[in-house]
Amino acid sequence: MSILNELIKKPWLADPSQIEGPQASQSSFMPNRKLGLRVFLVVVTVIFSLSIIAYGDRMLFANWKPMPETWVLWLNTGILITSGIAMQWAKINTIRDNIVGVRDGLVFGGVLTIAFLIGQLYAWEQMVGLGYYANLNTANAFFYMLTGLHGIHMLGGLVAWARSMLKLRKISQLDGSIADVRLSVELCTTYWHYLLLIWLVMFTLLLLS
Amino acid sequence: MSNGAIEDTQVIPAAEIEEVELYHAHSFITKWVFSQDAKIIAIQYSTTAILIGLVGLVLSWLMRLQLGYPDTFSFIDPESYLQYVTMHGMIMVVYLLTALFLGGFGNYLIPLMVGARDMVFPYLNMLSFWTYLLATLILTASFFVPGGATGAGWTLYPPQAISEGTPGINGGIILMLVSLTFFIIGFTMGGLNYVVTVLQARTRGMSLMRMPLTVWGIFVATILALLAFPALLVASIMMTFDKLLGTSFFMPEMLIQGEIGPNENGSPLLFQHLFWFFGHPEVYIVALPAFGVVSDIISTHARKNIFGYRMMVWAIVGIGGLSFIVWAHHMYVSGMNPYFGFFFATTTLIIAVPTALKLYNWVFTLYKGNIHLTIPMLFCVAFILTFLNGGITGLFLGNVVVDIPLSDTMFVVAHFHMVMGIAPVLVIFAAIYHWFPLMSGRFLNEFWGQVHFWVTFLGSYLVYFPMHYLGFVGVPRRYYEIGETSFVPESAATLNEFITIMVLIVGVAQIIFIINIIMSIFNGKLAGKNPWKATTLEWQTETTPPGHGNFGKELPICYRWAYEYSPPGVKTDFVPQNLAPDKIK
Repeated sequence: MSILNELIKKPWLADPSQIEGPQASQSSFMPNRKLGLRVFLVVVTVIFSLSIIAYGDRMLFANWKPMPETWVLWLNTGILITSGIAMQWAKINTIRDNIVGVRDGLVFGGVLTIAFLIGQLYAWEQMVGLGYYANLNTANAFFYMLTGLHGIHMLGGLVAWARSMLKLRKISQLDGSIADVRLSVELCTTYWHYLLLIWLVMFTLLLLS
Repeated sequence: MSNGAIEDTQVIPAAEIEEVELYHAHSFITKWVFSQDAKIIAIQYSTTAILIGLVGLVLSWLMRLQLGYPDTFSFIDPESYLQYVTMHGMIMVVYLLTALFLGGFGNYLIPLMVGARDMVFPYLNMLSFWTYLLATLILTASFFVPGGATGAGWTLYPPQAISEGTPGINGGIILMLVSLTFFIIGFTMGGLNYVVTVLQARTRGMSLMRMPLTVWGIFVATILALLAFPALLVASIMMTFDKLLGTSFFMPEMLIQGEIGPNENGSPLLFQHLFWFFGHPEVYIVALPAFGVVSDIISTHARKNIFGYRMMVWAIVGIGGLSFIVWAHHMYVSGMNPYFGFFFATTTLIIAVPTALKLYNWVFTLYKGNIHLTIPMLFCVAFILTFLNGGITGLFLGNVVVDIPLSDTMFVVAHFHMVMGIAPVLVIFAAIYHWFPLMSGRFLNEFWGQVHFWVTFLGSYLVYFPMHYLGFVGVPRRYYEIGETSFVPESAATLNEFITIMVLIVGVAQIIFIINIIMSIFNGKLAGKNPWKATTLEWQTETTPPGHGNFGKELPICYRWAYEYSPPGVKTDFVPQNLAPDKIK
């Protein structure tokens, strides 16, 4: 039932014998953690949207000097895309009950993400080496801020990833069910895909400017 | 209204309700310190918020002493005065009101009112409180760093906030920005809990439209906060960069002592847009929970169902949505495009419609009700009057032509204190007097409650009504000393003195309130179960105060909405939400 249908109800007229509400149709509800992640992604979207709007606003100023393109960012983009594919592979294997596939996907996805973060730090170093300091132009400052914000979110994702790895290890050792880690892997994958999307938007913006 | 005496109804047993795994503490530390029980976290949040609120109160006394008796107190210099103004504002708006309404009342009431055993993410909930505490400690630490706390005004406008000449530009402003960042991170953890608990953990039968308006208010306010606080977060990060790395997000090119400064072409206006994109919804982040609480309390103490429940829900949702398109009415004098002013003045007037609707509905609820003039009810009636007063001056200021001459005067200070200072604080008092018996099993002392109410209510009016007049004659806000001017009459000084005396008297009443709480915890009159004869689920728990897991072996089933007061054909004048239809006499 949509929320709009719910909002037009007249509860003072309702028949008390009609037991309505969430528990009566439990199956239609998504897991708490899944909804929690979705709400969190909305918050993340607002953070990045406002940052991007601020970026767009400052681009219109006369003294805006865009940063140069660097091959490192292209490489990092490729690494992050591959990382997302690996996470998706892990998710698919949770459905197939293939614990080896899940492990391989997770390990590959996590290692590539760490490689992406190291790549981003290298891009920073390269820009600083070329003299693009944050205080010299607002375009530079935005570059460091946006990539930094994105990197912090990826680091947060790695914490969730590490927890999933631990769960998986526990399952392997105790011969547990893969169902115990299915949701964690699914949520990690969603988060990875979302942060990839955000990165692609930001990278496009950096290229366009 | 439904007739409670329905016969031959089929009641579905509670055993069908799926139970959730509940966290159980095993030591003193995990039970009382690093607790994951929402009720304990609520008390931790509330205690911290009230303590830092008391710091804010003392700061207001110091400000008023300077304004009422200039050149009297040698320890209050212009710098420290500005620090008092800034810290008072930020503490009261963010660290007291937001934290208390959402972290305090939200944690205590959401699980109990929707019939859940706890929040859905208890560990995250615990982290939320400790992050909030860390934020509060960082903010408090800023008083003690070299140069002291920031004196930039609670709006922290750049370039002034981080430029030479403003108090606290070395450590104070940085600690403020770091503290805000932690506050937002902590709130996000809590906010996720509140939203997901309301959407997912309601007990059987508790449809959205059966939820008490308190839950609706907190729920929508949390959504607003989750969407609005990121703007402050982004602004804080950018300003921290400007201060520490010398970037020019907000810092324009400036002449400093005759020389061109290091910054280039930053946009102070961008900061204002970000700040107020957070700042205006913040008004409703505080107001919406207050609206909900008032609705529930007046309905209970007038023994009458809330008038226009459905409209009240729509109004809460509508106000929440509209609150995101009015922010620039705080910026009419900022130099933004005049067409913006026209747009934002229009949206500001539109938001008055659902707000007025709520006021009418509260009055209609009271109309012909069996009104019990208890302390919570007195505070609620006082709130209705105060919110009306503050709201009407808001309509003045929402109009560009009226706002421009009144901008940055004491009129604005009087307006926002009435509408989002005194009004929500009156609701907090109402809520504490109302739910204290649930939390402690005892009533607060009635006599001292009356003293507290009358001094606070009348005293507040004697503080803020004259302040409107001061604003009209042109007394500016945030001035350490007015001195002699051609337009401010000498009587303004006398009025300032009077206001200061009233502020101190109102302050003493709050001390009485705190003492009343402490004394009543140990010696208050025993309240027993459901002393107000309320319908909502928090009063229907097995024990008072509710134990771990809130309800007994089985979760309650919700059979009706939250406002079944004085139904026809029923012996008692209320029917609890969880009373099965076949058990109604």
